[in-house]
Amino acid sequence: MSLTALLVDGLTVRFGSFRAIDDLSLAIDYGEVRAVIGPNGAGKTTLLDVISGITRPKQGRVLFDGAHDITRWSESAIARAGLRRKFQKPSVFEGLTVRQHIAIGADVGFRSRLDAPALEDRISEVLETVGLTEQGERLAGELGHGHKQWLEIGMVLASDPRVLMLDEPVAGLTDEETERTARLVRALVRPDRAIVVVEHDMDFVERIADRVTVLHEGRTLFEGSMDKVRADKAVVEVYLGR
Amino acid sequence: MTPITRDRPFLLLVALLVMLSVAMPLLSGTGLAPSRYLTNAIGQLAAFAVLALSLDLIWGYLGILSLGHGLFFAIGGYVVAMYLLKHSFVVTGTVPDFLQFMGWKEFPFYWAGFEFFPYAFGVAVAVTLLISGVFGYVSFRSRVGGVYFAIITQALVYVAMLLMFRNDTGFGGNNGMTGFSVILGWPMGTSGMITALAVASLVTLALVLVGCRWLVGSRFGALMLATRDDETRLRTLGYETLRLKLIVWCLSALLAMLAGMLYVPQVGIINPRVLSPELSLEIAVWVAIGGRGHLVGAVIGALLVNALKFWLSSAAPDVWPFILSGLIVLVVLVFPNGLMDLAKFRLARPMGPKRMETKRMARGIGEARS
Ligand SMILES: Nc1ncnc2c1ncn2[C@@H]1O[C@H](COP(=O)(O)OP(=O)(O)OP(=O)(O)O)[C@@H](O)[C@H]1O
Ligand SMILES: [Mg+2]
Repeated sequence: MSLTALLVDGLTVRFGSFRAIDDLSLAIDYGEVRAVIGPNGAGKTTLLDVISGITRPKQGRVLFDGAHDITRWSESAIARAGLRRKFQKPSVFEGLTVRQHIAIGADVGFRSRLDAPALEDRISEVLETVGLTEQGERLAGELGHGHKQWLEIGMVLASDPRVLMLDEPVAGLTDEETERTARLVRALVRPDRAIVVVEHDMDFVERIADRVTVLHEGRTLFEGSMDKVRADKAVVEVYLGR
Repeated sequence: MTPITRDRPFLLLVALLVMLSVAMPLLSGTGLAPSRYLTNAIGQLAAFAVLALSLDLIWGYLGILSLGHGLFFAIGGYVVAMYLLKHSFVVTGTVPDFLQFMGWKEFPFYWAGFEFFPYAFGVAVAVTLLISGVFGYVSFRSRVGGVYFAIITQALVYVAMLLMFRNDTGFGGNNGMTGFSVILGWPMGTSGMITALAVASLVTLALVLVGCRWLVGSRFGALMLATRDDETRLRTLGYETLRLKLIVWCLSALLAMLAGMLYVPQVGIINPRVLSPELSLEIAVWVAIGGRGHLVGAVIGALLVNALKFWLSSAAPDVWPFILSGLIVLVVLVFPNGLMDLAKFRLARPMGPKRMETKRMARGIGEARS
């Protein structure tokens, strides 16, 4: 296992003539929680789209685990390799129950490879982690916004991912829910897992992030600890100061 | 999803189908037996119900609307018609009308072997799988979905209709095929045969219903619903939705084919009009009215709309198209889940889930995810 979970190298993504990501390079290590922040339209979601195989870059590579360039892999192959992602807009299956979501997240076959008791145990364990034990039999479509966010986190968590990407996990949550989510994210840290969090809530970022990458117009503006980010002039100008 | 053992509407419907299948042969010959006309109508409706289920499987449960399912229905229908004509010819020596009409002395070479039912059946399966497989693979691979897919399927069935209208293809051309006199060695048109065909349709319907219920209740069924609700989400969880869609699409095509095989011996004729875009649209109306994503609803929808059509097409044939369009508008605007919405009204369920369903309906017909 390499120390670097994700190595983004000279990445460029274009929509027409517009560069959403512009020659971006960054490295994310196992064991860390990396926050990616930046103003609206900075390219944060686009970066996650490339890593999860939804958007094809114009140039550059994304090396997973130091060895595999995943920029040409399909979304499902990337997910099976252990990279999982929560979307900015909570994406759950409205017609399925909470438990069904976790069952789908825990396994990738049309028929489950885990035997029934093992799967049930795993589901209960994940529901406990994300605090949805009581909601197990409810349909996702009936859940409130906060519960949907946690359900999606639980679903991407269920497979024990090596790289976990969370796009705005606390958007629209109450302070209390944000606090719970912060504790959840910290509890997910493991030496063999990298966690990437995109977020606008700076207090939340401060609580969870080991390092922060500031994106601006598709490039890295700054990288370092949250204290240094707050102190950096350029960052304050484009983002925090507004 | 409710466990099978507590799914009351489903269990009731299966019980009803089983009872009918047992009662009809037992009563035949007694005064209590349904008339030949009614028996035949029941059999045809059962075939339509199978067709409705085939569409509900991919539209209701997978979110893929096909407006060309008449194509697969027609494959089943045409193949069984070829079997019936060839078989009748072998048994009775009757030369089919269309051969005489074309002035042909013998069957075209590709009719060889069609007098054997297993062979004909195999050909129907193979052709259905080939067409649905290639078409599905190409479309799903390039991620064509939503309205675009629906329109392409409609075009496909239309092209097939134009092809079958040609008289030189050796499939009966514009007059189609009729004059079936023997099936599996037995004469057709007797009361016994009418009952037997109706029972075969009812039994098939019951089996298909149970099979579909098992499928949608399984893990695979949950993945179907997940694909319908958010395909990208499912793909980024590691699932090959292309394979899943292809499997269900081909299965659905096979069920439609089966419906065609049951239908044609009972109406005694097939012609290119089964390939008309209207028929394919109508199947979607049956399912929409019954309630997409509800197997029992699809069956009831098929029965209701066709009963209405049988009745109106004799009582007031001119208004039928207007009634049909009116029903479509009503379903789209007021009851996005068809009869299932009516049932919910009665139970006075809260608004939340309904609004959610409305959104899903819009996605089902409107939106195409690229
Ligand atoms: N599919 C697309 N086609 C065209 N432009 C796009 C597409 N996706 C994103 N963009 C543009 O690329 C830029 C970066 O978008 P992105 O969603 O990555 O921003 P973001 O940093 O996630 O912003 P936010 O904080 O608002 O979520 C934006 O200007 C956006 O309009
Ligand atoms: Mg974003």
